[in-house]
Amino acid sequence: MTVEPAVEVTGLSHRFGDHLAVDDLDLTVSPGECFGLLGPNGAGKTTTLRVLNTLYPPQSGSVRVFGLDVRTAAMSVRRLLGYVPQQLSIEGALSGRENVSWFARLFDVPRRERAARVAEVLEIVDLTDAADRLASTYSGGMVRRLELAQALVNRPALLVLDEPTVGLDPVARDSVWARVQDMQERYGMTVLLTTHYMEEADLLCDRVALMHLGRLRAIGTPNSLKAELAPDASLEDVFRHHTGESLEGQAKGGLRDVRGTRRTAQRMG
Amino acid sequence: MSVAPAAPPSAWVDSRPRAVLRLFSRIGTFCLIELQKLRHDRTELITRAIQPVLWLVIFGQTFSRIRAIPTGDVPYLDYLAPGIIAQSALFVAIFYGIQIIWERDAGILTKLLVTPSPRSALVAGKAFAAGVRTISQAIVVLIVAALLGVSLTWNPLKLLAVLAVVVLGAAFFSCLSMTIAGLVLRRDRLMGIGQAITMPLFFASNALYPVDIMPTWLRALSHANPLTYEVSALRGLLIGHPTNYLLDFTVLIVAAIAGICAAAALMGRLAR
Repeated sequence: MTVEPAVEVTGLSHRFGDHLAVDDLDLTVSPGECFGLLGPNGAGKTTTLRVLNTLYPPQSGSVRVFGLDVRTAAMSVRRLLGYVPQQLSIEGALSGRENVSWFARLFDVPRRERAARVAEVLEIVDLTDAADRLASTYSGGMVRRLELAQALVNRPALLVLDEPTVGLDPVARDSVWARVQDMQERYGMTVLLTTHYMEEADLLCDRVALMHLGRLRAIGTPNSLKAELAPDASLEDVFRHHTGESLEGQAKGGLRDVRGTRRTAQRMG
Repeated sequence: MSVAPAAPPSAWVDSRPRAVLRLFSRIGTFCLIELQKLRHDRTELITRAIQPVLWLVIFGQTFSRIRAIPTGDVPYLDYLAPGIIAQSALFVAIFYGIQIIWERDAGILTKLLVTPSPRSALVAGKAFAAGVRTISQAIVVLIVAALLGVSLTWNPLKLLAVLAVVVLGAAFFSCLSMTIAGLVLRRDRLMGIGQAITMPLFFASNALYPVDIMPTWLRALSHANPLTYEVSALRGLLIGHPTNYLLDFTVLIVAAIAGICAAAALMGRLAR
């Protein structure tokens, strides 16, 4: 008997109006691996994640998470997922601990375990000392770690991270990646992430997929992709090779991203 | 430390709580969050109390003196107090949708929508959380009214019923606000619409004056306005004004449920 894939995307297409954001995507993520979805703005990465996490109903094709169809078993899929969106998304009017406890309740973590579970994930992301401060006083890196704690509190089998380190300084970025790796080793969970940082994807991901204009352009281990191109190629070169540095696809996606960034900027003052 | 399963734990699927339990759990969660936010920032309680106090102290006392509004043997200030409680609850609730737009812009809504919570449970949770906020408001107005010498009931059961009425009213008006939020998707537009409809809702109700003295067209509007039934129930409970509680509560409950359904149906638009 073969092991059920953590994620199985078959023939997924998704359009917004007349813009085809994801075009006939096939993708399989194995349990326990760290899988990176790479691509320029507007490649369809975020849309793919949002179909996978049940936010958007699939328009065509199918998406299964540990064998469960997101269309028919959305609630069960959600219980298996931890999700960190691209924007910094915490409730600044609550303390860090209250933010995590909120999601523990929404994931039906049993009352008896709740306090201990919340403390445990805060410890993992190294926020125990700051836990009772208002989250509005946190730095960007701390916010991201708090979001990881929120995403982990239901002990997800699959952690979905959308650009987890965008907008963070190098130190904060390293600390976020260190947590992700730590958690993956500790719990053996599957991690699916998107990122713009090629060198990070190279270091962290077991396998990567390159998306461009909604289509899958390449998939494999970072080493095999580099070796296919040239003996001393970097993942950055592979990226350039497959996206052709074309700007045509950036127009629409670029605007969507700008909107998200502006919202975050407005909120953080 | 236990290890999270990497394979689909089918037991989780079976162990999920029943839908009704989950609904109550979500409502409880959002009410708790609202209380926690209030605890961290109490200034809003004070700033929000200013308007109702002005209505009672200035408008109420002046109109008591000129006796322009026929309220029978009830002093006008007594008549007005339940109306002002309903009004301050309305003002809090009608802008509650701003929070959901803020949460959308901040990406929090996305995370809420991918928790194992049906959209109706999320909306119901928020609707009753708005109720929690208005309860704190209602208590402030009750105290001010009592200080001004309004003879209110002190029957604890009736006071509990007062809170229930306030919560139901807040649930409806916050859902109205969240429904508009789902339609316009932008904070500034919601602010504009909220401001445009608050006063008509307030004036086309029995909060300031009896329905009997209204022109016919306004009377029709006021009968279609849930605020009228909220005020009637509050007036009955607090100052013993005659009313039909069955009708009042039925209208408020049906309005709250309809509001929750409408707002839940539009949540998908906010997810994009």
